Amino acid sequence: MKFEHPAGLNPIDRLTVVGRPVDRIDGPLKTTGTALYAHERHDVAPNQAYGVVVGAAIARGRVETIDVRAARAAPGVLAVVTTLDVPRLGRGRMNYAYLFGGAEIQHYHQAIAVVVAETFEQARAAAALIRADYTPEQGRFDLAAEAGHAPLHGDGDEPVHRVGDFETAFAAAPVTLDRTYTTPDQSHVMIEPHATVAVWDGDRLTLWTSNQMIAWSKKAVADILGMPAEKVRVVSPYVGGGFGGKLFVRADAVLAALGAKAAGRPVRVALTRPLVINNTTHRPATIQRIRIGAERDGRITAIAHESTSGNLPDGSPETAVAQTKLLYAGAARMIAMRLARLDLPEGNAMRAPGEAPGMMALEIAIDEMAEALGLDPVEFRIRNDTQVDPAHPGRPFSYRDLVGCLRLGAERFGWSARDPKPASVRDGRWLIGLGVAAGFRNNLLTKSSARVELDRHGVVTVSTDMTDIGTGSYTIIAQTAAEMLGVGLEKVVVRLGDSDFPASAGSGGQWGANNATAGVYAACVRLRDAVARKLGLNATDIDFADGEVMSGDRRVPLGEAAGEGLSAEDGIEYGSLAKDYQQSTFAGHFVEVAVDAHTGETRLRRMLAVCSAGRILNPKSARSQVIGAMTMGAGAALMEKLSVDTRRGFFVNHDLAGYEVPVHADIPHQEVIFLDEADPISSPMKAKGVGELGLCGVGAAIANAIYNATGVRVRDYPITLDTYLDRLPRPA
Amino acid sequence: MMKLSFEVNGTPCDLAEIDTRTTLLDALREHLRLTGTKKGCDHGQCGACTVLVNGTRINSCLSLAVQHHGDRITTIEGLGTPGALHPMQAAFVRHDGYQCGYCTPGQICSAVAVLAEIEAGVPSHVTADLGAAPPLTNLEIRERMSGNICRCGAYSNIVDAMAEVAGVKA
Repeated sequence: MKFEHPAGLNPIDRLTVVGRPVDRIDGPLKTTGTALYAHERHDVAPNQAYGVVVGAAIARGRVETIDVRAARAAPGVLAVVTTLDVPRLGRGRMNYAYLFGGAEIQHYHQAIAVVVAETFEQARAAAALIRADYTPEQGRFDLAAEAGHAPLHGDGDEPVHRVGDFETAFAAAPVTLDRTYTTPDQSHVMIEPHATVAVWDGDRLTLWTSNQMIAWSKKAVADILGMPAEKVRVVSPYVGGGFGGKLFVRADAVLAALGAKAAGRPVRVALTRPLVINNTTHRPATIQRIRIGAERDGRITAIAHESTSGNLPDGSPETAVAQTKLLYAGAARMIAMRLARLDLPEGNAMRAPGEAPGMMALEIAIDEMAEALGLDPVEFRIRNDTQVDPAHPGRPFSYRDLVGCLRLGAERFGWSARDPKPASVRDGRWLIGLGVAAGFRNNLLTKSSARVELDRHGVVTVSTDMTDIGTGSYTIIAQTAAEMLGVGLEKVVVRLGDSDFPASAGSGGQWGANNATAGVYAACVRLRDAVARKLGLNATDIDFADGEVMSGDRRVPLGEAAGEGLSAEDGIEYGSLAKDYQQSTFAGHFVEVAVDAHTGETRLRRMLAVCSAGRILNPKSARSQVIGAMTMGAGAALMEKLSVDTRRGFFVNHDLAGYEVPVHADIPHQEVIFLDEADPISSPMKAKGVGELGLCGVGAAIANAIYNATGVRVRDYPITLDTYLDRLPRPA
Repeated sequence: MMKLSFEVNGTPCDLAEIDTRTTLLDALREHLRLTGTKKGCDHGQCGACTVLVNGTRINSCLSLAVQHHGDRITTIEGLGTPGALHPMQAAFVRHDGYQCGYCTPGQICSAVAVLAEIEAGVPSHVTADLGAAPPLTNLEIRERMSGNICRCGAYSNIVDAMAEVAGVKA
């Protein structure tokens, strides 16, 4: 189905199942420990052996020799494969570091060997016996040191995005701001490490793995191992968190495959926690300069956002400037990125790549500008709202109610009680502050397919390679099929995450929910047609409800209509609506913090997000996406930072004790409000994404609240107490 | 190699030969194939491997299986099944106290134990009066659950689920 015109009325609009806060259909499995994740697939093959990965001990250079004699002789060892045993393997598209093969070391903990043994304990002990000799080379690991000579790196045709004459407009503006903000390297640290069970059947390879993008990864495995894609099967029905870290095939999959080949046995490999951090990808650090010029009435006349990040050769920048093209009005605009060559592990997508760190900077700048203008920061944002793409005024937003988010949020949060003068509200030993930020993340459209089958019992089975990484895909896909075919959720079976199923959008970029359900919608339309044909009816005047097909006075149970069974496959593809309209999602983030006047400890007291994100397919699971993102945003604001050893070139705090993320004690009760809307330009589902929106802006809302509480403006994340303790007001 | 006998979810288990290096976590997951208990970090930092040993919650990755000879182990599989959920499991489903599901068994085992600890009068870091019974508050629940990391960020919902089971307002 090609989606070329805004959606009219369709069966989803009945909203008898879609749009309802139903419990997740996979809940009973997940809460009883019976949902099987990759490393738990004892069931898929007998006689599985265990692989343990060895990572490089240098950040850049060559591995000259690898002594495996002791490892091979160790008890239980079945095979050892080293990176010197195989030529450099291929790479998946959108990856910059090689996963295995050859002598060159591109980053610390790049895999250099896998040891396969009968048991995990034997494999781990043998892996510790491997001795590698390296010739290290000097690498570049310090972004701040490289930033000064980093070249421009555009994300389109031009190296610098310009609208109007920024420099002249900025120079003429009566009120200006010129500030630099930094965000650190961050790690996804999903709780399930990357893991794979690899099984060879002749020249066919099946990987039970933990992966967000099945179709991409099937192709990537074929490219990396130099085999035809049709010989590769990738299965990933449950994914223990991804956040972008499992968009791509990683060393666990490749080395499980090579280890299984060498051992002649099925092999399972899980990356250890330290390897997750230095062997896989991370969100790159940024240095962002923002300049804003405005009239005294608060109208922005000039805005510039420049960001520098680093990556391996061939790598791409963290696109932290992306939202600044679209979020606020303003006649003159300049947007630029610089990309430094760094020899750290590969920088790549982490939840809301670009906007997450970009909004952390931009939305502090907006707060600072509002203060300079003597305007309330909610009002300043409203005054600079735009309903069109500022670079192309003929291109409107498909739907945009940022103003509604900010107004309703201000009302519900009690914003009018905020004292704009910092450090003026006390509660005993606590300094109290309120902060606000806008949220913004684009809505991305990508094709997605599914197969829908109907059996003689009226049971509907949906099969698609879509993944559920905690997002609720199982449930919203079931809701979509139930709505389209007029059955209850108990009559729908959803099968996900298998490359034998039709290729879907996959999970990433908050595009999964809208696109994957739109693909299921398309397949269901085709199935409805098949049912109509079977019954000799016209598809346009039949209805599906209560488990029956209805046409005039005729009512046929769905199972009876199916006969021996019906099957339909289709997908959604998009025309030019994404070009004709800017499609984005919006939020207002509100936060209350308390800062200990003596110790500087910051506690979050209240958090509210109001979201404008199209139709909400399941308010319960969508709310969870948003509170989860707010929690990750709290981590980004207050604690998360990969510490770089700029001499040895690696992330030092490579475990969950050193890389701190929010725990229960850090997170208060969180409120989420979804504005009641539908966006007919996004898809037949009229939905958009929310999974990343909740992250974009919340960190700045916390930073702004800390400023309001203390009067100390911190522009370098994370805002740990050592960054402001010496500047706190003197305790009364 | 050693022989190990313990009780798991009410069933006596005898492992004729267990590597002395095997953690309780790996004994459960790899030998008994009770994979509901999760391995998130293998360092005692994330809490995904939480089980109850003689009624007390521990990180099963931080103890060796052979230390548990004669012990009574309860894992997530021992609390309830998809068709017969434990009240805490049902509350997690109702309140959407999970997303990816990987930390969830550990969260639920901890949640059950936390309510029992408060009931038994065990104080925590945030208990103001060590002489009085600890109150069942949002603050107490959050403090005691802080050894169980949920990267998906379901904390607010987990506390709501626990409060419902405890019969209090979070």
